[in-house]
Amino acid sequence: MSEAEVAHKVQVAAHRRQARVVQRRPNQLVPENTISGNALTIVIAIMSFLACLTLGAVTLVRDASRDWQLDLRREVTVQVRPRAGVDINVELARAAAVARQTTGVTSVEVLGEDENIGLLEPWLGSGLSISDLPIPRLIVVRLTNRSADLAGLAQRLRNEVRGATLDDHGAWAARLRTMANATVVAGFIVLVLVFAAAAVSVIFATRGAMASNDHIVSVLHFVGAEDGFIAREFQRHFLLLGLRGGLMGAAAAAFMFAVVGFLVIPALFGSDSENLSVLFGRFTVGPIGYFGALAIAFVIAMMTAITSRLTVYGHIADER
Amino acid sequence: MNDGHQGGAGDLIRFENVGLRYGMGPEVLRDLNFDIAPKSFQFLTGPSGAGKTTLIRLLFMSLKPTRGIVSVFGRELSALAPSDYPSLRRRIGVVFQDFRLLDHLTTFENVALPLRVLGREEASYRGDVVELLRWVGLGDHIHIHPPVLSGGEKQSTAIARALITQPEMLLADEPTGNVDPPLARRLMRLFVELNRLGTSVMIATHDINLMNQFNARRLVLEEGRLTIYE
Repeated sequence: MSEAEVAHKVQVAAHRRQARVVQRRPNQLVPENTISGNALTIVIAIMSFLACLTLGAVTLVRDASRDWQLDLRREVTVQVRPRAGVDINVELARAAAVARQTTGVTSVEVLGEDENIGLLEPWLGSGLSISDLPIPRLIVVRLTNRSADLAGLAQRLRNEVRGATLDDHGAWAARLRTMANATVVAGFIVLVLVFAAAAVSVIFATRGAMASNDHIVSVLHFVGAEDGFIAREFQRHFLLLGLRGGLMGAAAAAFMFAVVGFLVIPALFGSDSENLSVLFGRFTVGPIGYFGALAIAFVIAMMTAITSRLTVYGHIADER
Repeated sequence: MNDGHQGGAGDLIRFENVGLRYGMGPEVLRDLNFDIAPKSFQFLTGPSGAGKTTLIRLLFMSLKPTRGIVSVFGRELSALAPSDYPSLRRRIGVVFQDFRLLDHLTTFENVALPLRVLGREEASYRGDVVELLRWVGLGDHIHIHPPVLSGGEKQSTAIARALITQPEMLLADEPTGNVDPPLARRLMRLFVELNRLGTSVMIATHDINLMNQFNARRLVLEEGRLTIYE
């Protein structure tokens, strides 16, 4: 290529650039894609991500604790202790009959001796002759709903069956409830703290980004712009910026919920994931988590916009 | 050139016994009494630090006097609400010593800014802005951003921005301070032309040679006091 051709190409490129510049839409009064603006977007995205994760964790614990409590309410155990001179099998049959007559009971299962051995094996070892030991026998009673007449059942068992007691897992349920509630309360405290941290860092990052725009406020002011006009320009800019950052963080969090819920847990625990779900619930974040993440993104965007508005008015007041 | 007036009720700006101090410091400006008539032309001069820029800021309502009365377009400054300022400011064009152009906007957008903040559509003023840019010699630099303009071109852009709304009064702080003598003369001719078209002009400068070329009213600030040579 000759020198003249190169020069010609350069000139054509320059003209094209110039033409693009001419056709471009007018520049925003508040500059876009500045360093401080991008830094603010990143801060907002991170804080929104953390807030969404915390919200997801809190909803997870809350769902799991509700599941535990429901499971515990669906089952009670009747214990029949062997007594001298009493045929335990007769008492077992009688207890089972009493349980079957009680309202709200779906099924009654008398655990056989083999199953009893199976339950004790982890503690006492194998090869045990259970018939020599005075070991209580168990009846598993499954309930339809909470309206089951457990008090009546306990009363009748005491009166009609020798050596029978009803264990409604109340102590366990109470302890679990306390623990789960404590976890949820702790989770909410963490959520509040993360929100407060997000609010403070978003406010300061916004003020920082605004500081680099002080001269724009001054210039707009002396060319005769109304305060409301300046505030609107900044508010719109920072609302969009906050929305972009907030949605980025929320989307990242939602993606993580989905990956953990549908891929990581089944992959890690395989068929055990059923057992795991008994303990921890389904380990997926429900709709509250996903909608909450969206709400967090919008709240953070609003916070950014309002902060910029207040900063603009503060700046204008300082100039007077 | 209109000068040598005696003052009157129709003044654009009137100062009566105006004093100004920053915080608890000494008075920077003392006992200022003057007025600026419509279609008048005057220089504001005095040594560096005499308070020229402070006086410009007072004229432009970005400072309030600590005592005395300042009236702008017949309205007393102390009686104005903050919401009255924008409409009054639009009647005064200001050229700052440091230009105060917005670097992320093109020359065109900088000059059009006073119209844009009024909410006007670009189509309605495009022609006016381009014409004004040609008039101040920036016809070839319409879509250039300020950082690549020379000092004189920035100065011209700042002047064009001050003039685009056809203000009744133009305040220029050292408009020829950053430019070579030929351009300074060109800019001065621009101001004279503007004055002939009906705008009051006040130019702050300490360039004696420049002032000697024009037979105009001089307001001389010295140690915070003003002497007027009609």
